[in-house]
Amino acid sequence: MLLVMFGAFIGSFGAIFLKAGAHQLHKGWLYLFNWRLALGVGLFLISSYFFVMGIRPPGELSVLYPMVSLGYIFTLLWSRIFFKEPFTRNKFIGLALIVAGVFFVGLGSK
Amino acid sequence: MSAAITDPLQTSERPARRHPVTLVFCCTILGAAAQVLMKTGANHMAHPGLAGMITNLPLIGGYCLYGLSTLLLVLALRDAELSLLYPVIALTYVWVTILSFLIFHDEINPWKLLGIVLIVVGVGVLGKGGRR
Repeated sequence: MLLVMFGAFIGSFGAIFLKAGAHQLHKGWLYLFNWRLALGVGLFLISSYFFVMGIRPPGELSVLYPMVSLGYIFTLLWSRIFFKEPFTRNKFIGLALIVAGVFFVGLGSK
Repeated sequence: MSAAITDPLQTSERPARRHPVTLVFCCTILGAAAQVLMKTGANHMAHPGLAGMITNLPLIGGYCLYGLSTLLLVLALRDAELSLLYPVIALTYVWVTILSFLIFHDEINPWKLLGIVLIVVGVGVLGKGGRR
């Protein structure tokens, strides 16, 4: 479970670098190959490795899924800190519904 | 005629806001298709190990689709807020649950159904945008 939580943590940083790298695309298409995007994808790969380790027996999907959605919450925080994206009511409500939804999908996947 | 009935609310909105959400929507469908292909590939693994993996067409197709969906996500992120788009990726769970019911005949129980509904509603709320 800790493995998966750590994976979600790393994955949320992957998203941050993907976003930072995506901004470079404003300069032109060749910027598709920049270190931020590469690092973002790399972090995603590492996080998926932790997810796979986490669901090996005796790990369960029903435990894994809520941990994965923790990543969404981390990302909301980082977006605010690094990109100054505002917190809005819709973001909180939407995110809460999604996290609950992922939890229940996980619960049904026992 | 049709121009006359266009919803004034919709036209006054910045179109740049809608477009990225649509991109992420496509990205989740591709991601779900990728997972289904990978599962198919894993079910039909002829030889174990690396040789089996690189000759496994569904598996390779799955990885390609993943790459494509990441590309779409990056394009979407270019123009929109991360905190708005990222949770929309949870739609992948919805497609995977539906597809694995249709293709692998995995069961759908009330919990999964409730989860799907909550995710869809949540994405709808996020899709209404960062309007405060």
